[in-house]
Amino acid sequence: MSTEKSRLQRVFEWHEARLPLVGFIDHAVGTKYPAPKNLNYFWNFGFLAGFMLITMILTGIFLAMNYTGNVHMAFDSVERIMRDVNFGWLIRYMHANGASFFFIVVYIHVFRGLYYGSYKSPREVLWWIGVIIMIVMMATAFMGYVLPWGQMSFWGATVITNLFSVIPVVGKMITTLLWGGFSVDNPLLNRFFALHFLLPFVILGLVFLHIWALHIPGSNNPLGIEVATGDKIPFHPYYTAKDAFGLGVFMLFYFGMVFWFPNALGDPVNYVKANPLVTPASIVPEWYLLPFYAMVRSIPNALIGVAAMFGSLIVLFFLPWLDTSRIRSATFRPIYRILFWVLLLNMFVLGWCGAQHPEGLPLILSRIGTFWYFFHMFVLLPVVGWIETPKPLPASISQPVMPAFKPAE
Amino acid sequence: MANTAHAAEPAGETRRDFLLHSTVAVGAVGTAMMIWPLISSMNPAADTLSLSTTEFSVAGIAEGSRIIVVWRGSPVFVAHRTAAEIDAARKVNVSELRDQEKDEIRVQKPEFLIVSGVCTHLGCIPLGTKGTDPKGDFGGWFCPCHGSQYDTSGRIRLGPAPKNLAVPPYKFTGDTVLIG
Repeated sequence: MSTEKSRLQRVFEWHEARLPLVGFIDHAVGTKYPAPKNLNYFWNFGFLAGFMLITMILTGIFLAMNYTGNVHMAFDSVERIMRDVNFGWLIRYMHANGASFFFIVVYIHVFRGLYYGSYKSPREVLWWIGVIIMIVMMATAFMGYVLPWGQMSFWGATVITNLFSVIPVVGKMITTLLWGGFSVDNPLLNRFFALHFLLPFVILGLVFLHIWALHIPGSNNPLGIEVATGDKIPFHPYYTAKDAFGLGVFMLFYFGMVFWFPNALGDPVNYVKANPLVTPASIVPEWYLLPFYAMVRSIPNALIGVAAMFGSLIVLFFLPWLDTSRIRSATFRPIYRILFWVLLLNMFVLGWCGAQHPEGLPLILSRIGTFWYFFHMFVLLPVVGWIETPKPLPASISQPVMPAFKPAE
Repeated sequence: MANTAHAAEPAGETRRDFLLHSTVAVGAVGTAMMIWPLISSMNPAADTLSLSTTEFSVAGIAEGSRIIVVWRGSPVFVAHRTAAEIDAARKVNVSELRDQEKDEIRVQKPEFLIVSGVCTHLGCIPLGTKGTDPKGDFGGWFCPCHGSQYDTSGRIRLGPAPKNLAVPPYKFTGDTVLIG
């Protein structure tokens, strides 16, 4: 091999010395980022969320080129995308199902963090940024759902914007401000389109902060213990390869839905054009907001219901302090581990309740579920942290599988 | 960091190389297959293509007058030429023209000239349709943007435009013309 540098290599180094773009990426997700060697497949979901963000922005830009943000034309412009625009059906189905799959990977990512204690010191700020991203995602997804201006778009927008009207004193002012009028109408559609276009780029910026905050302490791991330098491997090629494999499996499911069940997760009522004079028989949000919708309906007081719904997200910011245990991974926490699975089951129960009429069994279950959610956060987490006896932690992440191996510090 | 697997790598083409190259190849093809529909969506949609014909009648156009019809969102000049105008177009020595075309091949019926109303320089609409418009030195059309002049056959005679006004595909059915 020649020691002479090629011309291309010299040009590359000249540029890198002035703006180290490739070096930046290499430090962020490349050979210069040391990651624990025991990360399991649940650590794929951060990368998958990033992939979905890019997919949503790309398909969204091409949809925006064909969409018209006006109450008289919005519905028809979406139908034109489906029927007349080249591959418009593919781009729209990728975007609509992409929202669902974005939430699937983000929710798994969040519950991964809950199970392995990724929110605990020193990763509190990293966790905060993640919670902010999730809340902004929910707002973005809701506004995007309004854009096709179907019946569910219109009445979803009406119900959700009316949530703010229960706030004392300023409530009515806030809804008027959101509407730009006296009801959900053209001004709201216009501003939702503008914000739906803007917020993904806000999320993109937050993702950079999220990754930056991740790199200060480095990745958590399934054992939740500190990782010796000798127990780390470079992100590239090890985790890029693992993420790429995970992406392939993920895309089987994602494109399986896009091509074979594109409307399975959507509500057929949204293929009826918005009618401000007729409310559909039952108004339900998309599946990813159902647990929170169940919470708001479970409480027979409008203000407390809305407070519970927003509070269920706000409480996540305080999780690093509500959880009094210093042990990160639920693997070593016998009681918390059970509570984790109960909480997950609770979210599914709430999700089911959110799709039913709020009466009878669903109403009772959603009240129990809402109570349990806050009981878990405010009582169980602190108390269990005090009374629980954790299992002994291994000395290193190598020890459980290679007892004789002594990693370099 | 721990030792990476590169240390004990055998020389030459390895199983690892094969896996890397095949993965990159499949990834590249997959990416290209995704870019294609995105780019394709920017081409004219089916409803846009379905509007790409225009039908009109020449019966109401008096001899010596001109009208503009719209085809694919752009103007098309339709001129009912006088005998003098036809004569002027046909006696031109074709070899002196910038874009050498005989008048005979630019019309289906000598009295009706049907040409694109878009200047071949930078896309402005030349004047000359209304009776009061300047028609240039050659009795055809005069482009106000950069001074290109067209003759009574819509051929470029003076100014920066490189080509004659294009003849769109059309056919006569009696007095009715279908463009596109």
